[in-house]
Amino acid sequence: MANKSVSKTAGTNRSFIDRMGGQKFIVLIIVIAMFIFFSAMSPGFRKYTTIVSILDYSYYIALMAIGVTFPLLTAGVDLSIGTGLICYSLIGGYLVVHQDWPVAAGMLVTVLMGVIFGVINGCLVALMDLPAFLATLCTCMITRGFGAFVVGGYGIPWPTATAPGGWFRSIFKIQVNGQNIPVGFLWIILLVIIMSFVLNHTKMGRYTLAIGSNKEATRLSGVNVKFYHVMAYVICGFFAGLAAIAYSAIFATVQPGSGAGFEMDAIGGAIVGGVSMTGGVGSVTGTLIGVFVICLLKTGLPFIGLTANWQQIITGLVLIVAVMIDIVKRKRESGK
Amino acid sequence: MGEVILTMKGIDKSFPGVHALDHVDLEVRKGEVHALMGENGAGKSTLMKVLTGIYKKDSGTITYEGKEVEFHNTREAQDAGIVIVHQELNMLGDLTVAQNVFIGREFKKGIRIDDKKMNEEARKLFDRMHIDIDPTETMSRLTVGKQQMCEIAKAISHDAKVIIFDEPSAALTENEIEELFKIIRDLRKQGLGIVYISHRMDEIKVITDRVTVMRDGTYVGTLITKDSTKDDIINMMVGRVIYEDPKTQNMTPKGSPVVLKVDHLNAGKMVRDVSFELHKGEILGFSGLMGAGRTETMRALFGADPIDSGDIYINGKKVIIRSPQDAVRHGIGYLSEDRKRYGIVVQKTVAENTTMADLDDYSNGPFINKRKEHDVAEKFVKSLDTKTPGVDQLVVNLSGGNQQKVVIAKWLTRNSDILIFDEPTRGIDVGAKNEIYKLMNQLAAEGKAIIMVSSEMTEILRMSDRIVVMCEGKKTGELDISEATQENIMNMATREID
Repeated sequence: MANKSVSKTAGTNRSFIDRMGGQKFIVLIIVIAMFIFFSAMSPGFRKYTTIVSILDYSYYIALMAIGVTFPLLTAGVDLSIGTGLICYSLIGGYLVVHQDWPVAAGMLVTVLMGVIFGVINGCLVALMDLPAFLATLCTCMITRGFGAFVVGGYGIPWPTATAPGGWFRSIFKIQVNGQNIPVGFLWIILLVIIMSFVLNHTKMGRYTLAIGSNKEATRLSGVNVKFYHVMAYVICGFFAGLAAIAYSAIFATVQPGSGAGFEMDAIGGAIVGGVSMTGGVGSVTGTLIGVFVICLLKTGLPFIGLTANWQQIITGLVLIVAVMIDIVKRKRESGK
Repeated sequence: MGEVILTMKGIDKSFPGVHALDHVDLEVRKGEVHALMGENGAGKSTLMKVLTGIYKKDSGTITYEGKEVEFHNTREAQDAGIVIVHQELNMLGDLTVAQNVFIGREFKKGIRIDDKKMNEEARKLFDRMHIDIDPTETMSRLTVGKQQMCEIAKAISHDAKVIIFDEPSAALTENEIEELFKIIRDLRKQGLGIVYISHRMDEIKVITDRVTVMRDGTYVGTLITKDSTKDDIINMMVGRVIYEDPKTQNMTPKGSPVVLKVDHLNAGKMVRDVSFELHKGEILGFSGLMGAGRTETMRALFGADPIDSGDIYINGKKVIIRSPQDAVRHGIGYLSEDRKRYGIVVQKTVAENTTMADLDDYSNGPFINKRKEHDVAEKFVKSLDTKTPGVDQLVVNLSGGNQQKVVIAKWLTRNSDILIFDEPTRGIDVGAKNEIYKLMNQLAAEGKAIIMVSSEMTEILRMSDRIVVMCEGKKTGELDISEATQENIMNMATREID
C-alpha cells in the first residue's frame, strides 16, 4: 500500500543530457573543460610531451578501471587490483629478468596471475559469501606480500626499450622520427569497445548488471548467479593482469611493496564515470571518461603549482561529489 | 473490567487506491484483555498504527483517559503510556538485557552510563513480573520467549497503561505461551488495558475478555468472549457478503493428468510433511493465515530454499530440485509475493526482464540477440496488454499490475508449464486485479498448471478449482471448490495442531 507512489516517479521524459548518456556526458564535458583550464593556466601543460605522459600514466589505471567496473556493477568491489598489479608484474618480470624466460612468456604469466587471483576473489565473494570489501582487502595484503616474497625484496627492471625483449614496450609507445606516438591509447579504446559490447550484448554483461540490481530476483529466474558472480571478479583479475603489463611497459622498474592506492584511482575513475556503488548501473565508456578526470587531476594540478598533497585532497573531494550525485539520483528514483 | 481507558471512534484511513479503514471503532477498558481479530488485510495492524501515530488518520477520534488525543509518532504514544509489543522483536542482540530494556533513556552518572543502576532497575522490574532473567545477560543468548518477556518489561517500564500485543505467541513454545499468559493476567489485574492481536482461536478463548472483529477494513462487532463460540467469531470474520462470481465448480478437464506431485515435503520449521498433486489446466489454491508455511512450501518446491526430505514428481518422473535453476529447467515458474525483491530487476528494462529466465534461447552463443529479445517482449506486451511506453522502459517506472505482467511474461517466455503465483494481486489495484485473474484463467485453459497462494479468501474462492489449506507448516485440509465455503476453509486454517 505505502509503496504505491514509488512506481510513478522517475518519469519518462528524458532530458537532453540523459539522451546523451547522462552522467557520462557531463563528465566528458568536465574532462574537456579541465583540459582547457590546465592548458590556459600553464604553457607547460599544452605541450605534446605532456599529453603523451598523461596518456602513459593513464593506461594502467584505465585497464584496472575497466576490470573493476564489473565487480562494482555486481555491487561488490575489488581492492586487490593495485597491489595485485605490482605482484603480477614482479612475478612475470622475475621470470624474464632472472630466469631468462622470453618476454612473451613472462607477460603471459603476468596475466595468468591476475586471472588466478580473480578466481580466488570471485570464489571468496560469490561462493563463500565473504563481503567483497573484506575478501579483496585480504587478497590485497596477500598479493602485496607475495610479490615481494617471490622477488626477494628487490625491484624488477623489465627489459628497456632498446634491450633484447624490449619490444613489448612498443605495445604502448612507438617512436617515429624521434617523436613518441602513444599507441597504447588505441588499445585502450579497443578494449573499451570490446568490454562495452560484453556488458551490453552478452549474457555475461546482462547477468553482471542483473546481479548488481537484484541478485535474489536473478537467482529466482533460474540464472546460475554463482558462476557469473565469480566471472565478474575473473574479468577484473584479467584486466589487473593487463594493467600489470602496461605498468611494466611504461615504468623502468617495478618496486615490491608499492601499488597500494592504485586501486583507488581506478575505482574512483569508475565512480566518477557513473558506475553506482550499489551496483547495477554504469558503463565501461563512463569508466574510461572518469579515469581521465582522475588522471588529469594527477598530472594537471602540479602544472598549476599544487603539490601532491593537494592532488590527494582534490581527488578526494571530487569523489565525494561523484558519490553524492549517485546517492541523490538513487533517492530520486526510489521516490524518497 | 474497569472503566474505559481508550476509545477509537469512526477511524477512517485511505491509501492511494485502498480504503484501509472504514469508520472503525474500538473500545478498551482498564483490566481487560481485548482481542482484535480478522483475516489478513482486515486492517488490524493499520488500526494499531493509527493509534500509535505511525499513520495519520483521515477522520475519527481517539479518546484516551478521557481526553481526545492524536499522536504523531510512537514516541509520543509511548510517553502517554500506549506501547506496542511487536511480533518481530526489536532487540539489539549484542547488548545486555538491561541495556535493551532502557535503551534511549539510560540512567546516567554524570556523563557516564550507569550500568549498575540499570541492572538493578531491570532486576526490580523482572521481580515485579515474577520472571527470572539475568539483566546482565547478552540479549541474543536468551530464547525467543525470554526476549519477548524483555520486550514486555520494556513496555511496562514506560509506565504503560495500554499494551498492544501483535501476535505475541507466533514464535513461542507451549511453555513460553503459558508464561506469557501469566504475565498478561498479572497486567490485567494491575488494571492495564491490553489489546491482543492473534489468529489462534484457542488462545482467544483462554486469555481474552472481549473480541472485536474487523473485516476488509470495517468494524464488524464486539463480543464477550465467554459468551461466544469459535464459530460465532469465524462467521464474523468471514462475513456473509456475496463476493463477485466465486467459482462454483472445478473447471479442470476430466481425467487431466497430474503434472506435479509433491510427496511428504519437509523444509525447515515451516514446511512439515506437505503432500499434494497438481493437474494440467488446474488452478490449485493455497489458503491459510499468515505464517502458515505456504510461501515456504513454494520456495522449497522451487529450490529457493533447501529441502530436508520429500520427493517431487513432474509428469510422473521423480526430479531433484536443488536450486531455482533446476526448477526452471523442469518447467516451473515462480511469481513471488514480493515482486520488488524477488520478481523483477527494477533497474532493467521490460525486454531485459522478459528474457531473464530464458536468455539462452535469445542468444547466439554468449551474444544476446537483441532484436529477437525485443520482438518477444513486444509480443507479450501486446498479448498481456501491459501498459508501458515501450519495451525499453525500466520496469521501475511501471505500476504494480504491469510489473506483475512483466513477471508473467518472463515465465511464459520460458514456456514454463507449472506456474506458482504467490499472492498474485498483492499491491495491485482493483481493475488490474481483474485482468490478472482473467489472464490466470486463460493460462489454465491453455493447459498450464497453476498454484495460487493467496491470503484473500475472495481470491481463493473466485479462482481455485481445488483448495489446499495450510496451518502452521502442515496441510490441514484439501477441498474441491464445489464443497468449499469461507467457514470450512477458515476452520481448517485455524485448526489446532497437536
